[in-house]
Amino acid sequence: MCLAVPARIVELEDDRAVVDALGNRWKAKTTLLPEAKLGDLVLIHAGFAISLVDEEEAKKTWQLIAEISEFDDTPNKLSG
Amino acid sequence: MLDRIHKAQEQMAAACEALERQINIMEVCGTHTVSIFRSGIRSVLPPNLKLLSGPGCPVCVTDQGYIDTVLQLADREDCLIATYGDMIRVPGKDHSLETKQAKANVKVVLSSEDALQLARDHPDKTVIFVAVGFETTAPATAVVVKEAATESIDNFCILSGHKLVVPAMRALLSSKNNTIDAFLCPGHVSVIIGYGAFAEITKDFHRPCVVAGFEAVQIIEGLSEICRQLSTGTPELKSMYPAVVTEKGNLAAQKMIDECFEPVDGDWRGLGTIPNSTLKLREQYDRFDAVKRFDIHQFPGEEKKGCRCGDVLCGLIDPPECKLFGRSCTPREPIGPCMVSSEGACAAWFKYGQEKIRT
Repeated sequence: MCLAVPARIVELEDDRAVVDALGNRWKAKTTLLPEAKLGDLVLIHAGFAISLVDEEEAKKTWQLIAEISEFDDTPNKLSG
Repeated sequence: MLDRIHKAQEQMAAACEALERQINIMEVCGTHTVSIFRSGIRSVLPPNLKLLSGPGCPVCVTDQGYIDTVLQLADREDCLIATYGDMIRVPGKDHSLETKQAKANVKVVLSSEDALQLARDHPDKTVIFVAVGFETTAPATAVVVKEAATESIDNFCILSGHKLVVPAMRALLSSKNNTIDAFLCPGHVSVIIGYGAFAEITKDFHRPCVVAGFEAVQIIEGLSEICRQLSTGTPELKSMYPAVVTEKGNLAAQKMIDECFEPVDGDWRGLGTIPNSTLKLREQYDRFDAVKRFDIHQFPGEEKKGCRCGDVLCGLIDPPECKLFGRSCTPREPIGPCMVSSEGACAAWFKYGQEKIRT
């Protein structure tokens, strides 16, 4: 549940962002990472950016998430 | 990549051989647990190195009393329960939130913001946010509590079950039964609290604390570093996840937690009451505290008969040593939370670990 998802900030107005991970887009906030800028890759957890992350690390985490999703065959599971 | 794995493996093997005793390393992160099983790391460990899955899954460590309280609140017609999906299948006394979901007053949310939005959208209901999770998740709750205060969204409240990782590690090491030689520290919790937060464990208990990423090679290198430290008798604090974990962590997030919450003694499944381990809303946010709003007196919940999730979470047994494991308790029909959550040790053992049962 503590796993954070890397995503790129593709829209940003005040602390309200739209982020993109492998083509999936969703809303997130940058309240906890005030230094985040448009275009930055960030780790998103429970709808909030918590850290900047580099491209290489982001790719590793995306790969891991794909594997864990495959691992998890229970219904209603949503990453926290 | 393969070179790195071989090098780490060789160092680990040499260190474990030199140690000539059983080594127990506990990982305190559900994502590590899954990644370790998924990558098959357990099958390449030296014979005297054992991995213990600790209290690293927030769903698993949430005590039964909290779960039964949420289920009671879900019976109220005037309330909506907003919960992360991870919590929905945890069995309570008679049922789970999933069965309540059919009654449409339980909503799964992806973020705390979604929970607050539910309150905006349903002014006629009180929205109760099931606020569980470690330090990674707590700041997201703090932000929306502050938002609710600023906007006077009075039909919103939270039932805080947020927990702190370091007090649990201290409790484990203080227990008479503990056999833990070192910790593989959680990755994304450390993003918030910083790897410096584990310094007290190394200082007070002389145990290696190594923060690692989630990729197989990162985990093996972390384990190898721990073995090296144990073999040389030099327990240290080390981060091997510099891409996202700094010594001080995310200060804005820590400030947010501190402004909204204060640490109080709290109940953990399996570990009992741990001093200053649970986050309670500060007094100025009392009106958003479900405990105050509904005058909740939480009683210890009744654990399921025969369920040994508590012993699993303390690293005292491997899941297959529980009599329910794989028989009456499976991921499809779980009895204990460690089988419910995909990050739980029992679910991971069920899926990947059964071929390597150690007794």
